[in-house]
Parts: sequence; C-alpha cells; structure tokens
Amino acid sequence: MSSFEPGSEQASIASVTDRVRPIVIGAPVTSVHFLGDRAAFVGAEEHVSIADEKGEISKVEVLAGGILCAASDDERIVMGGDNGKLVALDARGSVTELALDPKRRWIDNVALHPDGAYAWSVGKTAHVRGGKGEEKSLEVPSTVGGLAFAPKGLRLAIAHYNGVTLWFPNMAATAEFLAWAGSHLAVSFSPDNKFLVTAMHEPALHGWRLADNRHMRMSGYPGRVKSMSWSVGGKFLATSGADTVIMWPFASKDGPMGKEPAMFAPLQARVTAVACHPKQDVLAAGYGDGTVLMVRLEDGAEILVRRNGTAPVASLAWNAKGSLLAFADEDGGAGLLAL
Amino acid sequence: MSEVSKIPVTVLTGYLGAGKTTLLNRILSENHGKKYAVIVNEFGEIGIDNDLIIGADEEVFEMNNGCICCTVRGDLVRIMGGLMKRKGKFDAIIVETTGLADPAPVAQTFFVDEDVQRNARLDAVVTVADAKWLSDRLKDAPEAKNQIAFADVIVLNKTDLVTKPELVEVEARIRGINPYARLHRAERCKVALSDVLERGAFDLDRILDLEPEFLEAGDDHDHDHDHHHHDGHDHDHGHGLKHYHDEEMQSLALKTDKPLDPTKFMPWLQNLVATEGQKILRSKGILAFTGDDDRYVFQGVHMMLEGDHQRKWKDGEPRESRLVFIGRELPEDDIRAGFESCITT
Repeated sequence: MSSFEPGSEQASIASVTDRVRPIVIGAPVTSVHFLGDRAAFVGAEEHVSIADEKGEISKVEVLAGGILCAASDDERIVMGGDNGKLVALDARGSVTELALDPKRRWIDNVALHPDGAYAWSVGKTAHVRGGKGEEKSLEVPSTVGGLAFAPKGLRLAIAHYNGVTLWFPNMAATAEFLAWAGSHLAVSFSPDNKFLVTAMHEPALHGWRLADNRHMRMSGYPGRVKSMSWSVGGKFLATSGADTVIMWPFASKDGPMGKEPAMFAPLQARVTAVACHPKQDVLAAGYGDGTVLMVRLEDGAEILVRRNGTAPVASLAWNAKGSLLAFADEDGGAGLLAL
Repeated sequence: MSEVSKIPVTVLTGYLGAGKTTLLNRILSENHGKKYAVIVNEFGEIGIDNDLIIGADEEVFEMNNGCICCTVRGDLVRIMGGLMKRKGKFDAIIVETTGLADPAPVAQTFFVDEDVQRNARLDAVVTVADAKWLSDRLKDAPEAKNQIAFADVIVLNKTDLVTKPELVEVEARIRGINPYARLHRAERCKVALSDVLERGAFDLDRILDLEPEFLEAGDDHDHDHDHHHHDGHDHDHGHGLKHYHDEEMQSLALKTDKPLDPTKFMPWLQNLVATEGQKILRSKGILAFTGDDDRYVFQGVHMMLEGDHQRKWKDGEPRESRLVFIGRELPEDDIRAGFESCITT
C-alpha cells in the first residue's frame, strides 16, 4: 500500500486529493457504508445513493420520510425511519420491509448481528429478530439511546438514561443492568468482548470492564462524541469530539484505566467522524471544516484526502477489504478513494 | 448558523384542562401558510395531516455537571436530532408539555445541548391559563404557578366563563407572580397567532420588555406601545386594580442610572445564579457598564445564563441598567445589596 509511504523529505503533508473520485449526492448525507465494493451514502431522508468505483451513482428510495438510523454488514444496510418502518437495502439495490411499528412511531436505533439477527428500538422498547425470524422485545426504563450486539453470542447492549441493559434475548434470565448516572447514547463492545463503551450526552465516554463491571471514565472532550471506531484487533478506540483524534488504549486487561489517550492529527477544526481501517493500523478522520485525513497509527503520519472548505464531514467508511475509503459531508459532497 | 436561520421553537404549557390542545389546534388549522413540526405528549388529540406530529415522552434528565437544577428533556434532544434530518419540511416547531410539567427542562434543553442550540432557538414560553380555575390552582398546584412564572406570553382562556370582577382578580394574581409576560384574554383560545408565535422572547436582540405590563381596562391587543415612558411608575399600580403579592413566587426588578462595574457585576451575577439558581426561574437584564458604549443584555433560566453586547447606546438614550428576576422565595435584600455593590462609585 504505497500511498501510506509519504516521502520522508516532504516538508508539507502528503496528499492524495487528486486520486479521490468526487461524488455529488445533492442532498444531506448522514452515514456512509459499503455494500461489497460499492459505497452507499445514506441520506437524511428518503434515499440511499450507491456509487461504484467509476463514480456511477444509482439512487434508491428506501423510506418515505426521514432516515433516523442505519447499520450495515457489507451485504445489507438496515435503516429505521420516522414513518415507523425498518427496511433493509441489499447490494442489488432491492429494499425489503423488515418491521413496521403499529403506531408509526420513530425507529430510533438499529444494530446488526453477524449471523443475520437484527435489533431496533422504538421509544423505550428494544426488539430483536433472530436469524430464524423469531422476535423478542424488552422494555428498558427510558428511551433507548443506542444498541449494539456483542461480538460473541446473541447478546444485546441497550443504552439508555442512567446506564446500559445487557440482554440475552434467547435466555430466560433477567437482563443485567450496568448503572452510571447520565444519558447514554451510542454503545459499542470492544472486538474482544471484554469492554463496553458508551458515548454520553455530556462530552464524555463511559466504559465498563465486563469481567467485573469496573467503571472507566473517559472525559475531557470539548464536544459530544458522535463517532467511535475500534482499530484493528481492538487495540484502540478512536473517537471524534475534539480537535484531534482521541485514541483510548484497550490492548491491556485494564483498558484505558489510569492511562492517557493518544492524540492524532490535530487541526484547527473539530473531528466529526472517524473510521479505522479494517486490516491495518490506519484510520481516516473527517473534520468540521470538511477536511479528511488518513493517519498511520505507528507514527502519526498524515495524508490529506480532502481539503477543508465545505460542510462538516458527516461520515466515513472503509470497505471490508480495506481497499476503498468513502466519505461524505453534511451537504452531500462526497468522495471515493481507491488505495 | 445565524440566529435568523435557526428554527424558532415555541413552548406551549398550561395546567390540565386550560386549553392547550385547543390553542394548538387553532394554530395548526389557521390558514397561515406555514408548516409546523409539533411535539406532543398524546397522539390522537390533534388531527391535522399537514404537519409533522411527533410523540414525546417527557423524559427529564439531569446533566452530569454537579448542578441539580440543570435538567434537560432527553427525549427532546433526540427528537430535535431526528427533525433536523427533515429541515426544509417545516418552518417552526411547537413543543406541547403535559399539564403537570415544569417548563424549565424544556427551556434549558435549548441552552445546554450544543446540537439543539446550533439548529434551533427558543422563541417564547406560552402558557394557557384557565380564567375560572387558575386562582384555585395557584393555591394548590405548584406546577400551575411555575408555568405562570415562566411565561413570556399568557393566554388567559375561558374569560366568558367568569364575571368581570373574577377576571380582574385572576389577572391581578397572575401579575403578582409575573408582571412581565404579555397577557391576552381569550375565549376558546381565540388569539391572534402573531400574539403567541414568533415572539422572540428569548432573543437577546429583543430583550426590551423589561417594563411590567400593567393592566389597563380592555387591554386586549394593545402591545405596540413603545417603552420610553418608564419614568416614575415603577411599582405604582395606579389603575384602580387589585394587587396581590404571591407569598411564594415573586418578581424582583432592579434599576440604576449609574454605570455598573463589569468586574464586579459579572462575578456577582454568576455567583448569584450558581447559589440561588434553583429559586430563580427566569432572569433578564439590560446593562450599562462603566466605559462601555454598548448595551449589554443577558437572560437566564435557573443557573444558565447567556449574554452579549447588543448594540451601541443611542444618543440621548438614558444609560440605565435594568434587571428582572422571577422566582420563588427570592432573597430580595441580598440581591438588592449585591446589585448596589456593583454600581461604580
């Protein structure tokens, strides 16, 4: 991967901006995914735009209304809408309705499990539908802020006010509750299944070591953390919310307890989105001024992917092989980079 | 995003049965050419297809910042996030609260949450009050009193169900708590929409209405009087009207024509809201600082304050500082003494 080897003599930052294929979505984008080798740009409402490596775009109507949440697993993107529908979009561009809330309430969160199960939430209720189609529901004490499946077994983390509920939908046992005061939004398991991390409404993360439920407080951000991504093997958790990428170390058994985070790629703008490369110690970061950088974790070397001067970067994604990087800003300016 | 392009949000409060839903239906069904996103607590009570109706759960969350009165509406943060995906589909937002709700967490959501603040601005708190029952509720329902104290606009509804003396009585009780809100008498919530929407009551540029709105007989739609006549009628209720002093909830007005020392005033104000913020529901001020040619304006909800230089003092305009606090059991003597100590001598 030669593009990660900028000449050491170069004084200014290495740039691959001329290799980025610009893509114009023409409407606000909220998240970016991959369906195989095609990038999928999920709009704020109604459409997903799918772009291939040549930049050819096909636009698919997925929901008649706002698209509130999306999760993907390389083969499909599952999205929840403000019309109470949960839909899946596959790589062929066909849309399947998975669920419909009887009262047409908002579908606020969605999560996918590698074996085909999926979870969604409406208000205080989390629903799980397993690979065989059976459906289970659990009501938590307040509105669900985020959902995540554990990497092993069918176990769902449900973030809400004052903590996280850990639920095995196929087991009779009562769900476990991890308490921590405050409003918990996004939630994520470390890839080794040892830690659980939430992004809170306050500008801070909270974590639990699942072996003994010990608390980890990760604070100091100037803004709320809206994007989190685990680096290869789960060694680091990369986060947005500051004017550098904040990387919390999770390689040891104590995780980030008592440790300082690493900081990469400082700019005069807030990091808005992060995505770690799936195979290498490289990450992509998007900023509030539209800048996109790639960063090598070994030495912090940066490569410019996109210059500043646009709306904030809304989302970034790598394809599963790690050969393509896609990004989009809040106004629908997007790009695709082949490495 | 500039203040102008932010989406205005009207908070609609009022005790059970006062007529909130009637007012909401009136707003939505009137031919105003605008589209509203309406955040309601109960689906089904309003039946307008044209607008976005979103059900809310009234989840009040404490913020993890050590300040116990710093609460926000967690569901509102989430709903605002979702609504921002549909920008362009509506012109304004109306948040209806339940009859028992405290308006503070709703208002504070617009001060505290950075995403909400980036996209929306609080326009006004509009409280619907029942002319027949409000006097009773003020005695037995703290929520009703909070809603009156918090209001920028009060729609005194069902005036056809009370006698003239009863009306005078209930208006005096309202003024005993909140002399600064715009008060509109109404039957079946029949008020001009311009009286309740787009008020800009939380807009720092429009903090002008620091004079008590005294009742005048038949003062139904008289609100274009300008505010240059504030000499000498500070607390002079010379209209032959009853005046009540609410034992618990009061307003406190402070005024000086001498400049304030900003190095004393700002720490004093910040300390005041930090220590007494639970008691102070609303605060507003126009300030003249020593050696500063700009008017400084501020407003606050409980412990939260925002302030800015507004504009140059005009030639001939009296450089007068005026502050208003509305709250319960305000330590009036301490506040007066503290304020006096900030005057440049």
